[in-house]
Amino acid sequence: MKVYVPRDAAAKALGANAVAASIAEEAARRGLTVEIVRNGTRGMIWLEPLVEVETDGKRLAYGPVNVADVPALLDGTLPGLGPVEDIPFFARQTRLTFARCGLIDPLDLVAYEAHGGLAGLRRALTMSAEDIVGEVKASGLRGRGGAGFPTGIKWDTVRTAEAPQKYIVCNADEGDSGTFADRMLMEGDPFTLIEGMAIAGLATGATKGFVYIRSEYPDAIEVMESAVRIGRTEGLLGPNVLGSGRAFDMEIRVGAGAYVCGEETSLLNSLEGKRGVVRAKPPLPALEGLFGRPTVVNNVLSLATIQVILEKGAAHYAAFGLGRSKGTMPIQIAGNVKHGGLFETAFGLPLGDLVSDIAGGTASGRPVKAVQVGGPLGAYIPVAQFDTPFGYEEFDQKGGLIGHAGIVVFDDSADMLKMARFAMEFCAVESCGKCTPCRLGAVRGVETIDRIARGDADAVPLLTDLCATMKDGSLCALGGFTPFPVMSALTRFPDDFARAKEAAE
Amino acid sequence: MPATVKAVPDEQISAVIAEFMSLDGPLLPMLHALQARFGHIPAAAVPLLADALNLGKAEVHGVISFYHDFRDAPSGRHVIRICRAEACQAMGGETMAERVLARLGLDWHGTTANGAVTVEPVYCLGLCACGPAAMVDGRLIGRAEAGRILAEAGA
Ligand SMILES: Cc1cc2nc3c(=O)[nH]c(=O)nc-3n(C[C@H](O)[C@H](O)[C@H](O)COP(=O)(O)O)c2cc1C
Ligand code: SF4
Ligand code: FES
Repeated sequence: MKVYVPRDAAAKALGANAVAASIAEEAARRGLTVEIVRNGTRGMIWLEPLVEVETDGKRLAYGPVNVADVPALLDGTLPGLGPVEDIPFFARQTRLTFARCGLIDPLDLVAYEAHGGLAGLRRALTMSAEDIVGEVKASGLRGRGGAGFPTGIKWDTVRTAEAPQKYIVCNADEGDSGTFADRMLMEGDPFTLIEGMAIAGLATGATKGFVYIRSEYPDAIEVMESAVRIGRTEGLLGPNVLGSGRAFDMEIRVGAGAYVCGEETSLLNSLEGKRGVVRAKPPLPALEGLFGRPTVVNNVLSLATIQVILEKGAAHYAAFGLGRSKGTMPIQIAGNVKHGGLFETAFGLPLGDLVSDIAGGTASGRPVKAVQVGGPLGAYIPVAQFDTPFGYEEFDQKGGLIGHAGIVVFDDSADMLKMARFAMEFCAVESCGKCTPCRLGAVRGVETIDRIARGDADAVPLLTDLCATMKDGSLCALGGFTPFPVMSALTRFPDDFARAKEAAE
Repeated sequence: MPATVKAVPDEQISAVIAEFMSLDGPLLPMLHALQARFGHIPAAAVPLLADALNLGKAEVHGVISFYHDFRDAPSGRHVIRICRAEACQAMGGETMAERVLARLGLDWHGTTANGAVTVEPVYCLGLCACGPAAMVDGRLIGRAEAGRILAEAGA
């Protein structure tokens, strides 16, 4: 009997380690031979710890399982969920980037290969750099870190740059609230990221990679470090990648608790051992990046999607999606929801379907008030705009952004004035300090919202002006986009700003 | 605040620094290792780092102070980190955090008088689908409650 108990941080936070220990003890007491596999999560976080039992090649799911359920689990009398693939939340997904996450032991390279892993890299090794880049361009893949820049075009700039050393830098800073896909992938299927980075190396002539992981993710750091070690021993990384004579190696680096270090140039400064201050562009990192060398900076999901694009071909990937948003997006459903987790699907699903149908509405059972899409710099979207299809241009047209595709749901108890204040406070805490409109504007923003909260209606136009100044005068999106959550809260939920006034009178 | 910060001998600091000299861009890995070893970045490390990396002392200090993770004094024996970000707020994280702080008589970043517990804010632990989230001495807690957090920290 094989039993899968996730080692994912969210599963652990809900008791997976105790469940795994209890299964081992109970099995020993009964004299049963049980192999416990610590897989990644399947992404249905409300069912974690989600345990799968495999007997005679059939894999059945149970969850959420707690320690008291373990005897019944081993007796075979615990009511189950059936195969994971039949659970509606899972059955409705199109899993390309996350195809193996939760399915296998993340550090089992043999299982990785048995489930399609390494096929992309093997194919890339038979192609010219130009053809690999061409394939990525044809897939329509756009950066999953937030800005949505076409990945193939970025790679081409690095490929055609002349330099003695080039780098691939993976941005695993994942600072956006409501997002955890990078974490889930690194903990659940790290070789996919390593393979994607090696392919990026072949495509651009870079022989060295860095993964910059935020310090808030100790589990992801541990799994990635182990995977790199295994990759080196097994010849996936090093001077002779899969026996090809081509070199690619990488290092894991750890951030130090600064949100702004997710911005690519700040991240490069941080990797170089400097303050994480944002650099002015140009020069583009693609031409003068890490240590002044041509550098690809890509998000975890962008790089992890390269594997399937090379394995199955650009056309297969580009067949999914909507308009200029090609392929699938691993959407992270979070906050006040009944069914939270990772839902990978082709672009195009209306936001309302995700919230009401797939997420099953709020956990509290109260009506939804607002959804923040795209992290702390994303707009608050009211229910009236739930028909917006999930796509880059579609959200842009509504004054929002999809960012790293986190959606955070709030019920009607949320106070949008408080949320606007928090956005300004966060910007003040995390500003790198380079531009005045961001550094001082955010502090003024908090004060101005406090005036509004005290009933001073004159402060409303001040806040609007301040947001305009921040938008125009900031070098990066931290100062430049903080006005999105603030202004969307103010304009779409005016009652929350007016109610505060009445209360003060 | 914890009563006294014991001086760390220079040789011990230099030994940690030496381990990372062969890396490209070694300063952050060095700072993480120093903090892991000594619980904070000892003041004596600044000139040693500056010397080893050929930087000015002000520059090294500037890097240390830029990042929220690095401390100039040790934390309490237990560290509670509570997520303050949006997805956790949507699940009542703010009220929960206020309860923990009130029970310990602390504000954010504070340490109890007996040096037992420090409470730090964190902006997202990637547990946004099972918030509110917290971490106590490196152990993650999903759907956290004030009582459970305090119990985990022995408070
Ligand atoms: C304040 C700020 C924070 C950011 N945080 C992240 C992050 O955590 N992860 C990420 O991949 N991109 C982040 N970005 C976007 C990066 O600057 C960059 O666009 C991205 O890493 C490029 O990779 P991609 O093309 O694969 O998306 C951030 C940008 C800003 C302005
Ligand atoms: S907008 Fe803010 S975070 Fe961005 S560069 Fe300017 S000061 Fe730094
Ligand atoms: S918002 Fe709290 S864990 Fe992500």
